[in-house]
Amino acid sequence: MTWSPGALAPAPGAAPTGQMLKAQTRAELTLMLRNGEQVLLTLVIPLGLLVVLTLIPFVHVPGDDRVGFFVPGVIALAVMSSAFTGQAIGVGFERQYGVLKRLGATPLPRSVLLLAKTLAVLAVELVQLALICVVGLLLGWDPHGSPLAVIALVVLGTAAFSGLGLLLGGTLRGLTTLAAANLLWFVLLVLGGVLFPLSQLGAAEPVLRLLPTAALSDGLREVLQAGHAVPVRDVLALAAWAVGGLALASRLFRWE
Amino acid sequence: MTTPALEVDGLVKRYGGRAVVDGVSLSVPTASVLALLGPNGAGKTTTVEVCEGFRQPDGGAVRVLGLAPKDPALRPRVGVMPQSGGAYPGLTAAEMLRLVASYARNPLDPADLLDRLALTDVARTSYRRLSGGQQQRLSLAMAVVGRPELVFLDEPTAGLDPQARRATWELVEALRADGVTVVLTTHLLDEAERLADQVVVVDAGHVVAAGTVAELTRGDGLRFTAAPGLDLSDLPGAAEEVPGRYVVAGAVTPQLYADVTAWAARRGVLAEDLRSRSLEDVFLELTGRELRA
Repeated sequence: MTWSPGALAPAPGAAPTGQMLKAQTRAELTLMLRNGEQVLLTLVIPLGLLVVLTLIPFVHVPGDDRVGFFVPGVIALAVMSSAFTGQAIGVGFERQYGVLKRLGATPLPRSVLLLAKTLAVLAVELVQLALICVVGLLLGWDPHGSPLAVIALVVLGTAAFSGLGLLLGGTLRGLTTLAAANLLWFVLLVLGGVLFPLSQLGAAEPVLRLLPTAALSDGLREVLQAGHAVPVRDVLALAAWAVGGLALASRLFRWE
Repeated sequence: MTTPALEVDGLVKRYGGRAVVDGVSLSVPTASVLALLGPNGAGKTTTVEVCEGFRQPDGGAVRVLGLAPKDPALRPRVGVMPQSGGAYPGLTAAEMLRLVASYARNPLDPADLLDRLALTDVARTSYRRLSGGQQQRLSLAMAVVGRPELVFLDEPTAGLDPQARRATWELVEALRADGVTVVLTTHLLDEAERLADQVVVVDAGHVVAAGTVAELTRGDGLRFTAAPGLDLSDLPGAAEEVPGRYVVAGAVTPQLYADVTAWAARRGVLAEDLRSRSLEDVFLELTGRELRA
């Protein structure tokens, strides 16, 4: 097949930023939803845990509002799964496959790439939150508090986990990232006030409550279960993780 | 005279104290093809990656379309095909090409490009399931879809079958005809001979020869290959360069061909591949090694 003269004549130029952002966000979302492990991690496991922990009383929770205790924790788990674990693994392998390096040679600005990743995570979180709320309501959940406070906590948690995820995925090799991200996911799940109240861990509680998953689940629980205002301590803990993680990630992140 | 599309002057790049690129200079006029030719490890990829802005040089100067290699203004103007990888494994060939096209203001039609590079049948196949050759061709398509002024192709035909190689060559020739500057690396001599206006032969980080193919291969002597260790005493001007490869000095004339073949017939020698100096010979003479090694 021959090329007609002029078919390849140079006509360089970057697309409008909005067009790049839209295309990149769609690609990021497609990749997330096409990855079976990611869907398992972000949707199936949190929803499964919510149902099992609520219906089978093998974990003792304060009071008799089981679903009211577990919904906030599962929301925190869902945010951690997509913003931290999913991002870290995705970025780790994209570096290993040379995707990020190659995209660096295209007109796509780094900032638009990172914004697209963030938007994709937020979109997945919307789906997660909707499903968790629906399943929670079916289990008899009676939410309290201000939805704005919940949104603020989720956004802050997303920033904290994204920073940590980018830090991990942006510095380690793909397989190392995979192992570390899954391990941390598990540790933070166990010690994050998701499966059982941290008060059961006695003296370790004040320290563990500063972990990002614990701060998020505790904050959400204070709002959603008790109808309280957002606890300052949890906000400060999440903000510290967000600032620290994002600052370190922006310093240490390697594109290849 | 207009500014060259690419100008490299005394480029040095070290890894751990060892210079992998050591004083490479080249100049590529707009709408021409330059082939960086050399064996694996010669410093071809490193040279190209400095020009692409991926690596910081340790010495020398590089100007790409008159700008510093890392200048963001270059990104839409330069197309890059790395030696391997560089695509999302989970996207299909068509999705990946459309994504890269969406970064450009006036991209080529991705479907047409896939068609011309014989990728239409695998357009809906995920990148990770493409064969090596298909991944190469998709990578080439990604480098040109944004209609750049200058493209860097790192080993564009490595692992391609002859048909796909021809499609790649036709694309490079069409790019040049339309005014695009092409810098490619290769260790394939026929590729450099066919495509390049200018060949720069690199070895161990140095430029060992540069010029047009005609300039580089100009010279006397006929070459042939045969069993090693032949007795050359009755073939005037003959010498065995490396075992099994012979050169017969003298002006390349029909008579010289006749003399050599007559000698071979007389001695019962199967003198194969009898020809004048090629780029392969040039490389061998300059480095004492074969290019494909």
